Amino acid sequence: MIYVIVENLQGSIRKASIEAVSYAVALSEKLQKPLQGIALGPFKEGELQKLSQYGLEQLIHVTNEAYKDFSSINYTNAVAQVVKDPTVIVLPQGYDGRALAPRLSIRLQMPLLSGIHTLLEPYEQGYKAQRIAYSNKGIETVYTPSQKVIVTLKANSFVPQKKEASLNITTTEVAAATDKERVVGREQFSGKVPLTEANVVVSGGRGLKGPENWGMIEELAQLLGAATACSKPVADEGWRPHHEHVGQTGIQIAPNVYIAIGISGAIQHLAGVSASKNIIVINKDKDAPFFKNCDYGVVGDAFEVVPKLIEAIKRYKGLA
Amino acid sequence: MKVLVAISHVPDTTTRITFTEDKKALNKQGVTFIINPYDEFSLSYAVGLKEQNKAKEVIVLCVGPKEVESTLKKALAIGADKAVRIDTEPKDAFIVAANIAAYAKEQNFDLLLFGKESIDFNGSQVPGMVAELLQLPFVSFATKMEIENGKAKVTREISGGSEILEVELPLVLSAQKGLAKERIPNMRGIMMARRKPVEVIAPTETQPKVETLQLDYPKGRTQCKFIDPENIDELVQVLVNLGALN
Ligand SMILES: Cc1cc2nc3c(=O)[nH]c(=O)nc-3n(C[C@H](O)[C@H](O)[C@H](O)COP(=O)(O)OP(=O)(O)OC[C@H]3O[C@@H](n4cnc5c(N)ncnc54)[C@H](O)[C@@H]3O)c2cc1C
Ligand SMILES: Nc1ncnc2c1ncn2[C@@H]1O[C@H](COP(=O)(O)O)[C@@H](O)[C@H]1O
Repeated sequence: MIYVIVENLQGSIRKASIEAVSYAVALSEKLQKPLQGIALGPFKEGELQKLSQYGLEQLIHVTNEAYKDFSSINYTNAVAQVVKDPTVIVLPQGYDGRALAPRLSIRLQMPLLSGIHTLLEPYEQGYKAQRIAYSNKGIETVYTPSQKVIVTLKANSFVPQKKEASLNITTTEVAAATDKERVVGREQFSGKVPLTEANVVVSGGRGLKGPENWGMIEELAQLLGAATACSKPVADEGWRPHHEHVGQTGIQIAPNVYIAIGISGAIQHLAGVSASKNIIVINKDKDAPFFKNCDYGVVGDAFEVVPKLIEAIKRYKGLA
Repeated sequence: MKVLVAISHVPDTTTRITFTEDKKALNKQGVTFIINPYDEFSLSYAVGLKEQNKAKEVIVLCVGPKEVESTLKKALAIGADKAVRIDTEPKDAFIVAANIAAYAKEQNFDLLLFGKESIDFNGSQVPGMVAELLQLPFVSFATKMEIENGKAKVTREISGGSEILEVELPLVLSAQKGLAKERIPNMRGIMMARRKPVEVIAPTETQPKVETLQLDYPKGRTQCKFIDPENIDELVQVLVNLGALN
């Protein structure tokens, strides 16, 4: 049996989980093995049913209230109890997946291939797949001789395929093992779109001179339904919050479109963003290193180019 | 408190990465190695605990061959008390985790600190595996922690926000930016590090579960298409074509 774990983000299903479900459906067809989803904790009305649009037919829902909050111990216990003879377990490589997958790997004695972006392929005695290594500077083909494997899927690497199915949800209860990891509070960042899930990211660097100039960045992001990000010095200076810092030492992202404004394109910055499918650079220096690592470039002063772009987008959208 | 900081020995962030001819490994020639940047956050946090008299001993540990001792020495210069090297090739995350867990089992650590991932393999595997092997609580992507009366209050990054947890010690944690400010070793630290011990331990018998078949370079971005700022509608069209605007 192949299993896919659906993450619970305060009762909602994240985009990363839809990608994982769609990936698991494709894998189930390829390996000719049945697939079952696993979801833990309370979900919003009708939320789990949405997975039927992506070809999922079977789902086990562990309904206990206790799984409302993620706990690496409790989730590991619950998943370990629910699975029966698993061959592959698929998880999104998100914040929870990175804690759950390695624990499960030990508990179930199934090797872990993490952050992969290709469909698992049978190879020799086991499986192989590709993943990013060396902070986007290398692509690694990994192999495990095991017949049983856990994989975590890199965000934005698999485009969900729509496929209508009739979804059968079985509910069950598994008592939570401990309260050793107890969630006592939560804070939502002000940005509307989570950075790691965003389709489009608008990012600003030191070229923007100061925090007072971020109005146009936010306006552009809003028009594109994008998340905002920044370079390290911008976060270090306190112009923007730390959770927007992308790069080698910040967050690694792989959106469909990354728009870098007033960022030079240092190697540590690229390490966090070069997995993006398309990169657009706006910089006034035509020799900025970023122009050697992008798909589209505009050489110009951000304080002229960005307002012009905003106006042009508004015209296109019929807003101006 | 007794604190373990697991340190990964990784290529410097500015290094141009090249692979050996058989495409199986990193070409180490001419590469400078550093403390994994996320491990620096956990190390700095641990040294801070010592300064506040909350930690008695900070031990840094790396699983790897002799060459990793240069990185352990840097960690000693930053303020760790003692370094341990487990003498085996870190062939996969499982080997590393099994060796760290075997060592930790005998040591009664109150805190076991890791980085959120190593910047070479980017696996995010070792800390969770260690937590499970030791049957300890685990908080990943920690950006803040306060310890009071054997309890930790930890903030962790989640999708679009953060979460605060209360966890009893002993605890396994992986650090994200924010946990502590990186520290730079000073002259005194470097001098003191010379006299601090690096204990070498024999590995436990384990076999890797995952291997690298091949390493390739990512497809470079072949060419930048320049758009005239005077013709900004062309950029709007690009955004439409890429599905960024509808
Ligand atoms: C260990 C280590 C880890 C690091 N990790 C990261 C990381 O994770 N992420 C990261 O981003 N950096 C990281 N760095 C820092 C990195 O090396 C660079 O210093 C940093 O990315 C530069 O940020 P920047 O491009 O915003 O600023 P700058 O390099 O100062 O570049 C500003 C750019 O803006 C352009 N500009 C100026 N004015 C305008 C204008 N009016 N209109 C348009 N363009 C303009 C300039 O031409 C220039 O290219 C790290 C460094 C180290 C040593
Ligand atoms: N060879 C190693 N020796 C000691 N600690 C390691 C080693 N490799 C990884 N780690 C630790 O595990 C964390 C996550 O690494 P990884 O699972 O490889 O992404 C690192 O930040 C280190 O704290």
